[in-house]
Formats: sequence, C-alpha cells, structure tokens
Amino acid sequence: MELSHIAKDLNLKIKCGEELLGRDVSGGYVGDLLSDVMANSKEGNLWITRQTHQNIVAVASLKDLAGIVLVQGKEPDVDALEKASKEGIPILVTELSSFDVAGKLYTLLS
Amino acid sequence: MSFNYEQSFTIQGGNFTDAGVVSVFIKRTLQKMGIPSEILRRVAIATYESEINIISYARIGIIYIRVTPENIIINIDDEGPGIENIELAMRAGYSTADEKIREMGFGAGMGIPNIINCSDDFKLTSEVSKGTHLRILININTN
Ligand SMILES: Nc1ncnc2c1ncn2[C@@H]1O[C@H](COP(=O)(O)OP(=O)(O)OP(=O)(O)O)[C@@H](O)[C@H]1O
Ligand SMILES: [Mg+2]
Repeated sequence: MELSHIAKDLNLKIKCGEELLGRDVSGGYVGDLLSDVMANSKEGNLWITRQTHQNIVAVASLKDLAGIVLVQGKEPDVDALEKASKEGIPILVTELSSFDVAGKLYTLLS
Repeated sequence: MSFNYEQSFTIQGGNFTDAGVVSVFIKRTLQKMGIPSEILRRVAIATYESEINIISYARIGIIYIRVTPENIIINIDDEGPGIENIELAMRAGYSTADEKIREMGFGAGMGIPNIINCSDDFKLTSEVSKGTHLRILININTN
C-alpha cells in the first residue's frame, strides 16, 4: 500500500519527503533501539519510533525503509529533518502511541 | 560481473553528528556497482555497526573496504580503550554504553552480534588501551 494512503488513513502529519509518499509500504517495524532496527526491519517497512535525533536517517537509508513515523507528538530534531530531506526519507508524526500506530497499520495492511 | 573497488575512511570518535555517513556512502557506492541487494544489506549492517562502535568507544578509527569479484573484505582498526573481554563483548545484550549513548538508541549490545550474523568470516582482536580490530569477510555468490 502507498505511504500517502497510510498517511491519510492514520492522519499522520508529514514533516518532510512529501514527494516520496508514492512509495509502497511492505509492512511496519516498531523499535527504539537502532541496532535492533538495523537487524530486523525489512526493506520498504514503515518504521515506528520515538527516536527523534538525526541518527534515525542513516538507519532508514541503509535499510531502505519507506519512512519514519515519530509517535506521541514527538517532533524530529532540526538536523534530522535536514538530513532526511537530503537523503529522501519521509518523516511523519502523530499523537498516537507506537502501539496504536502499529495496530492501525497492521489492520490497514491486512 | 566483475567488481573491483577499495577505499579507506577515517572515523572520528565522539562524532555522532556524522554517524552513519560512511556506511551510507559505502552502500550507495556498492549499489551503483551492481552488488546484489542481499549482499548490500549485510555490508550495510556490518559497516554501520562498526562505524557506530568507533564513534561510541574509540578515539579514531579506519574502515577499509575491498570488493573483489568473489568477496568483500572489511577491516576496521581503531585506536581506543580496546576490549577487555572479547567473549563478553560478542554476547548479545552485553553493553558498556553510557547514558548519553543510550539516549540516542544505541547500547542494546546487538552491534557485534549483528556483524557476526552478516559475516561469512569474522575475527575480533583487541589490545586493552591500544585499540580494536575487526576482520569481516562477506562472500559474493553470483550463481
Ligand atoms: N571499537 C570498540 N572499542 C572499545 N570497545 C568496544 C568497541 N566496540 C565494542 N566495544 C565494547 O563491546 C560492547 C558490545 O558492543 P556492541 O556493538 O555489540 O553493543 P553496543 O555498542 O553496546 O550496543 P549496540 O551496538 O546494540 O548499540 C560495547 O558496549 C563496548 O563495551
Ligand atoms: Mg555497538
């Protein structure tokens, strides 16, 4: 399913990478430990996390993730936004918890 | 297909601002060369975890990568505190990361286990208060 469709359905706010929302999302991965996400996320996954610093961008690039969703009203750090725009990684935000986003995404993709 | 490439990168300890830059560059370079995506994934994990460990624990380090038609060799040499108990450092979940490192989402004790999982051959040697050396071999299967 297209990221733009997911963003709309889950009411995610787009912080950057609006032009990349046509990407197909293969599934989701929830994690705040970067080496866990490096090991276990899959290409095309939407990454749900509470990490907001710039290190998330390299992880998403290296694992070819479809985008990053920051939960619980967290905003990306300025450097994170800058890097994500440059690297072509969409960052979206929501007031929902990781649990709620994952649940809704799972339902939507099933 | 014939792959031939080698390059070295210097990584500064403590420089979290550029964390991952070298790994992303290596991945892009190998991608352009037409390295299969499963091999790319393994190289990306191995270089990323090594890069982050230099930044987290060492003063300075060098990542050297060599791509041949048969395999990819990655050598990582750093100057730093070294590792006292290598067996322990290789165990999943073992970490000495401080609060500052953990706050950024590192310190799960999964970095070295991840590297091992991605390697066809792996050697870790270290001298306390001198530095740490990793030798990683990833075979390219083109059949
Ligand atoms: N280059 C290094 N120099 C000194 N010590 C190191 C080095 N690399 C790893 N270590 C030691 O080995 C431990 C385990 O490393 P590993 O990469 O597996 O996990 P981590 O860095 O603690 O957490 P994670 O990689 O999951 O974020 C580290 O906590 C540290 O004590
Ligand atoms: Mg590590």
